[in-house]
Amino acid sequence: MFAHTDDQQVFERTAVRFMESHYPVERVRELARAETAFEPERWREAADLGWTTLLVPEGAGGGSISGNGLADLLIVTSLFGQHAAPGPLISTNVVATALGRWGSAEHHDGPLAAILSGSSVAVWGHRSACTATPSGDGITITGRVRALECATVASHVLVIATEPAGRSHFLIPLDAPGITTTALAGVDLTRRFWDLALDHVVVTASAHVGEPGWADVHDDELLDVAAVLALGEMAGALHRAFGMTLDWVTNRYSFGRPLSSYQEIKHRMADLRTQVEAAEAVAARAASAVGTGTGTGTGTGTGTGNDGRAWASAGMAHVGRHGPEAIQDCIQLHGGIGVTNACDLHLFLRRVALDANLYGSPAEFARRLGAIVVAQGDAA
Amino acid sequence: MTDTTAAVIPVDEFAARARTWLAGHMPPADPSAGHFFFTATSSRTDDHDLARIDTCRRLQRLLYDGGFAGICVPTEYGGQGLTPAHQQAFNRELRGYDHPIEIQASTFIPCMAVLLEFGTEEQKLRHIPPMLKGEAIWAQLLSEPSGGSDAAGALTTAVRDGEEWILNGSKIWTTGAWYSDWALCLARTNWDVEKHRGLTVFALPVQTPGLEIHRIELLNGSVEFCQEFLTDVVVDDSDRIGDVDGGWTVMTRWLHHERTISGGSQYVTSVGRSHNAPNDGAVLAAVARDLDTVDDPRTLELIGEARALTLMGDALVSSVTRKLQTGELPFHAAAMSRLFSGTAMTRRAALALELTGGDGVVWEPGNDRQAGVGLSWLVRQAACIGGGTTEMARNVIAERLLGMPRETRHDDGAFREVSKGPRAS
Repeated sequence: MFAHTDDQQVFERTAVRFMESHYPVERVRELARAETAFEPERWREAADLGWTTLLVPEGAGGGSISGNGLADLLIVTSLFGQHAAPGPLISTNVVATALGRWGSAEHHDGPLAAILSGSSVAVWGHRSACTATPSGDGITITGRVRALECATVASHVLVIATEPAGRSHFLIPLDAPGITTTALAGVDLTRRFWDLALDHVVVTASAHVGEPGWADVHDDELLDVAAVLALGEMAGALHRAFGMTLDWVTNRYSFGRPLSSYQEIKHRMADLRTQVEAAEAVAARAASAVGTGTGTGTGTGTGTGNDGRAWASAGMAHVGRHGPEAIQDCIQLHGGIGVTNACDLHLFLRRVALDANLYGSPAEFARRLGAIVVAQGDAA
Repeated sequence: MTDTTAAVIPVDEFAARARTWLAGHMPPADPSAGHFFFTATSSRTDDHDLARIDTCRRLQRLLYDGGFAGICVPTEYGGQGLTPAHQQAFNRELRGYDHPIEIQASTFIPCMAVLLEFGTEEQKLRHIPPMLKGEAIWAQLLSEPSGGSDAAGALTTAVRDGEEWILNGSKIWTTGAWYSDWALCLARTNWDVEKHRGLTVFALPVQTPGLEIHRIELLNGSVEFCQEFLTDVVVDDSDRIGDVDGGWTVMTRWLHHERTISGGSQYVTSVGRSHNAPNDGAVLAAVARDLDTVDDPRTLELIGEARALTLMGDALVSSVTRKLQTGELPFHAAAMSRLFSGTAMTRRAALALELTGGDGVVWEPGNDRQAGVGLSWLVRQAACIGGGTTEMARNVIAERLLGMPRETRHDDGAFREVSKGPRAS
């Protein structure tokens, strides 16, 4: 779906084989019932395929396939969507991006190297509310992080904490004294979340990621990356759900004729097919713009540099709203079987609902884009 | 004549040449240009529209003299003989400059594109250079009052009389026929065969005896569309495009080129949809600034949704276009671009009205920005009707792209026997 160059196609074939052998739907259903859906051994194998290195510069131990690692990684996230696969793929790659861009040499040699090898995962605290106060030689961090993925298996969390210099990013080891986790329930069965409480967690100044006071600027860039990866997952899940539905309406008969012969059903399928194509198109366009630009700008449609934020926000505003609706419509077209657990559609509905809301609602992404448009007009 | 030994100018070099030339020759973009009927306001007059069309002719001539008209048209017909990549590069450079946006459709697509594919050498040499010089604006005499979507059900009749054809009937929904010079016309030449097999395409001058043009007033006051009445209009056989009764072969490409107005045509000189999209987020932001509501979170959301729809359309059209070129998708997939463009445009009109509220339904005379919101909302369904309805696009997607069963036909016998309905004459 997202592989264009020869190298990307080789990468995609390997990824497809991996996903088909390890995450057929029966296995995903087993994992959905299991106590932990995350499989450390699989994750190491996935890291060997390069799935955690693509957003990290070569100098920091990473490397892309095509020159745009985000476009490369879209191939993988779309497969995660098609399989409703477990694993903090988005979250870990976001942290890898942060460490690659703003991390110290110490970060590169330690936690980042472990992320790249797949021996550990780190997760993004995209909803942090913490304060950091200097204490002796170190810094004491207290606060909460909402909805943290894979908190019990990750080695580190990237949080934002407010300190005298402003809001800053910190990379905190999750086994530090003072951290407690509370398991959450949620719509997705294989991507799971925890709340994190930090009670006077002591870190050294070297836990800073990036210049103090820059966290909001940097988190906005990380949000662009997360949005692109979420768009890839949604495009993959939509593709799968649409394929199932086309198969259903073709083979299901009522009143002596296939469902697919009713014009009402045909028109609904045409709408769905168009939404699937649009989701795929905007994911690729956003990956191209965010992956090659600075992640800010106006979305002038050129796709050649600095309009990544507009494209990523446009995708999340639109696909975030219409993607979940599209899969609900797939369920409607399936009739009664569609609302049962036996029908696989809900696995993809859950994944799309998660991706469409976890990092901000469609309305929030629309406002983010609206603010860009207004700022562009003010500047003109 | 084509010089086969000349190397094609590299795209980068061509773009650089275009940049320099545009800076020296083209006027800056006219913000009021390019919205057609969709945002027609009460203050627009025929004189205003005619002046704009004259400007388009002049701008087209400038492009021609500068060596930038018909970039993908062979040099023997007055074009540049270059590639779609050159046209795309030129369109990128064109941003910020005025250009003849209003005559791209129907002159270059579908009319010029159809002539290039089906015209004889004489026809191409005669008609294409005047198009590229801005001397000839073309219209499409296609839809008929008896049914807009069913192009193959044309009732307008052409009867052969020696080396001439006599045309009778009526055409409708012709964009700008009242200021056009020439037209392509679809007519029935055989009533005794299946409907697709009895059609023929002709070219004819719009100012010709027996061709009467009436203006249609749309519900928002726009009078850009026309209806034509043909009474014993004489067309020479040398103006026939394609084979006698071979009109549907021409039509399938005609309709394809018409659909590429949503984007992706190599014959269109335009900066692309984002910059001309009616009720795009930028338009909404300007209205909100007037109303002093631009900082309201709900306003930002509406502006964002409108821009998102514009960008989604852009992404979809360019992705589909690329896949058509690589063969990943069949050409019927262009119907997805048409469907999305139509529904996005109607939704943006709704967003604009929601943003303005009372100020979009009542405004001071002369406030074109607010009038534009209310009037474009009133006529918004035109975006899902003109150029092939979205219902037809959905049929094409379902049947041709997804392979779902075709609708049962009731018109597959001799066309003479096909029911035309109780009101048909």
